[in-house]
Amino acid sequence: MTEALVFERDLVRFGAARVASGWRPGAGGGVGPLRHRNDVEPLELPGPDWVRLAPRLSGICGSDLSAVDGRSSRWFEAIVSMPFVPGHEVVADLDGRRVVVEPVLGCVTRGIEPVCGACAAGHLGNCEHLAHGCLDAGLQTGFCCDTGGGWSTDMVAHPSQLHDVPDEHDDAAAVMIEPAACATHGALAAGVQPDDAVAVIGAGTMGLGVVAALARWTPPRHLVVAAKHEHQTAWAHELAGPAGCTTVEPAELVRAARRVTASMILGDGAHARTTGGLDVTIDCVGSADSLRAALAMTRPRGRVVMVGMPGVTTVDLTPLWQREISVTGAYTYGTQVLGGQSIRTFDLAAELVAAAGLGRLVTATYPLDRAAEAIAHAGGAGRRGAVKIAFAPATSESRSTSR
Amino acid sequence: MSPTTPSSPARRNRARTAPRPGLVLEVDRSTPPVLLHHGEQLRLEKLPAGRSRIIYPPEPLEPIEHPDAAIRRALLEPIDSDPLPALLFAGMKLTIAFDDVSLPLPPMRRPDVRQRVIEAVLDLAAEAGVDDVHLIAALALHRRMTEAELRHAVGDRVYDAFAPRGQLYNHDAEDPDGLVLLGETRHGEEVQISKRAAESDLIVYVNLNLVSMDGGWKSTATGLSGYQALRHHHNVKTMRHSTSFMDRDNSELHASNWRQGEVLRSAGINVFQIETTVNNDLYGDGPMAVLAKREWEWTVRDRATFMGARAGLDRMGPPARRKVLPRWRAPYGLTSVQAGEVEAVHKVTTENVYRQQMVAVEGQTDVLLFGLPYISPYNVDSIMNPILVHCLGLGYFFNMYRGKPLVREGGVLILSHPTTPEFHPVHHPSYIDFFEEVLADTTDPELIEQRYEKRYAEDEWYRHLYRTGHAYHGVHPFYMWYWGAHALAHLGGVIIVGGDPATVRRLGYRPASTLADALEMATDIVGPQPSLTYFKNPPLVMADVS
Repeated sequence: MTEALVFERDLVRFGAARVASGWRPGAGGGVGPLRHRNDVEPLELPGPDWVRLAPRLSGICGSDLSAVDGRSSRWFEAIVSMPFVPGHEVVADLDGRRVVVEPVLGCVTRGIEPVCGACAAGHLGNCEHLAHGCLDAGLQTGFCCDTGGGWSTDMVAHPSQLHDVPDEHDDAAAVMIEPAACATHGALAAGVQPDDAVAVIGAGTMGLGVVAALARWTPPRHLVVAAKHEHQTAWAHELAGPAGCTTVEPAELVRAARRVTASMILGDGAHARTTGGLDVTIDCVGSADSLRAALAMTRPRGRVVMVGMPGVTTVDLTPLWQREISVTGAYTYGTQVLGGQSIRTFDLAAELVAAAGLGRLVTATYPLDRAAEAIAHAGGAGRRGAVKIAFAPATSESRSTSR
Repeated sequence: MSPTTPSSPARRNRARTAPRPGLVLEVDRSTPPVLLHHGEQLRLEKLPAGRSRIIYPPEPLEPIEHPDAAIRRALLEPIDSDPLPALLFAGMKLTIAFDDVSLPLPPMRRPDVRQRVIEAVLDLAAEAGVDDVHLIAALALHRRMTEAELRHAVGDRVYDAFAPRGQLYNHDAEDPDGLVLLGETRHGEEVQISKRAAESDLIVYVNLNLVSMDGGWKSTATGLSGYQALRHHHNVKTMRHSTSFMDRDNSELHASNWRQGEVLRSAGINVFQIETTVNNDLYGDGPMAVLAKREWEWTVRDRATFMGARAGLDRMGPPARRKVLPRWRAPYGLTSVQAGEVEAVHKVTTENVYRQQMVAVEGQTDVLLFGLPYISPYNVDSIMNPILVHCLGLGYFFNMYRGKPLVREGGVLILSHPTTPEFHPVHHPSYIDFFEEVLADTTDPELIEQRYEKRYAEDEWYRHLYRTGHAYHGVHPFYMWYWGAHALAHLGGVIIVGGDPATVRRLGYRPASTLADALEMATDIVGPQPSLTYFKNPPLVMADVS
């Protein structure tokens, strides 16, 4: 038997989580469909190549929080299978090796041949077969009933998903490789040019990761970061590196965009917008407010990149139409083209984590049996001075450690 | 009594005695709690006995009984100038410039003294057959006045006669075709002025001197000018060398304006300066009169009135208070009017300002206390934002001295004000960015000047809002910050009582919940048992510190 946090199909608890999280993000961890269990049957290996992992650390991501709080989009219903064990940011033990998991369940992991066009091109996140092959539906490890996830003491993975952790990375650094890969993919998807003025909305794990990635791979002329909390502001300045950045409160974004682009503001209140604006806005929040701000301050024919998971949002898209703004999504990772070379995003991410010291963003770890506390901490991370919260499955019944 | 002269405390005083001069009261145990303005609210504070003193303003001077006659006499019997009728002739270009909405504070009851003077000038111009007359609100980089404000200043008759024909308007310091460069002073300061004014045969400047900083060459050299010229004296260096800018003889601000005035004169610009002073009768006879009374003279009725006013203001939210308070119109009485040559006129004017406001004070203090009111020159019908709190406290009030600052070098200034991070989005757009961007970086006036001033001054959006809306110029918050530069260099610390803590810290100051806390905090800087001076203002008062 293994210990795991299991996400079960339970409409009553799902509704309770939705109500509770409306009051306080992360409250779904106590009343929602996530259950702590010590009696989970070990998973069968889905195929002959598959291996069994013992998670060491597994992060709590925004999409996990959204699921636990009952706020996920129904879009996922066809590419998720229940019950599942969450946890797709994973560093684990494998026969004495430390590995991180690249969680996307594409054609190769599913034993599908020939692989789809996206997988063939290395764009794993765009795989067309997320509900087919030898696995049940699941866009990633951590959302599939056949693979388990990092919020457990036992899970399975295909060798193609595994990356050895360099010795110089401690577990905290290793668990940041997956989110750093998302951030790297998002930053590079923005196609930032050296003379661009760019904004990053949000300074949680993803926003800070994007700031670090921009600073490392494609530093813009001017970078504005919207951060709600003091520690986020300090991190943004540190991770922006020598080029620096301007940090502002979210409500001041449009004014800040105007300042750095020497444009004007038209309209007021919810309809205030810059006449020109930023070349690129990278939205790492994914809320209606953040998308509205992005559309208000991105220049005509500029680009908005959605890195934060948006869910169901209501936004006036008139500016998108009238200003011919491109809005593009940036989901997970795969292969990037950088300096004319194709490189796996995970390799770039490992490099970024080491160079920027992103392991420092792991603020606290919790054992699985304190899931409600961990989820609440992650839900209120900004307010509580934290960035990344993670589970340390091997430490159940021990005290949590914070730093 | 003249039918146009309101009943006033000065008039009541006359029945009793002459208006009493200002007073320095040593606080002892029997001294009652003293009134402090706290933005849009009022407070009573007990000051420490044995080491505190209170400076009370003089009572309102007796107003001139027949102001219209006095104005006409000033125009006909000017100082160091031909009478105004001798300067007027048919076919001439006449420009009448007048002080803007930043004066007086609060606005005065109708008729505004500017209206009286302008009507008198226009009567003489009409008699001389002058028909090319323009009236310009000399607002420099201040916001444009609204129609209502212009009507209040010049009167409906003048407004309706000139505004519809485009002959009454706000000065536009960003009109590329509306300004002319007249040259440079011997110090290399550029001199710029409204093209219409420069091309006029005569400029008649109609001034209202509320404080001794106003008037003189500052009226035209600043009021009708633009950024290119203003930057030569509206800067950190000048303000630090103006000790104080309320003392013309020790003010580099004035020296620079006077040099620019020389260039105006050399360029053949003819200015007929009309300066007026008013008494400090802010509250009249009504219930508000208690605010001007010395606390130990409060009657039971006064106390009840005060308690009621305080409770009422406390209960109202800021939006309601901002509707009620700006409606107040003060019943000032005219105390002098003089006209003629700029510098000669201004000397007389300054003496008249001092006559109303000056109080002799012996020695400096360790800690100086101001209760800041709801209004300053730059938030008429607007919001006193944090930068204006800085400007009023460390700029205007701190500089209300002659001789030496009231507080010793390295001393502490305590301000009482809510200091919330609120801004009027129409009036103060560049202030918002100044607060968010500039003050987040540094509060050092020199660094601010070096790093940011030019960008804000030349920002197209601010320029657009200044020219077409009612926004202060993009560079204006910088000037407000520089206005406090002398105080910043002089003081050891600034504490704001009752201010929003984050906002106060953004200004570079320390927040305190109560006056007692602030006094305790001040001891960290000036040592135990510091001397305290409360400078009770408004009504306006100026300290002659020996």
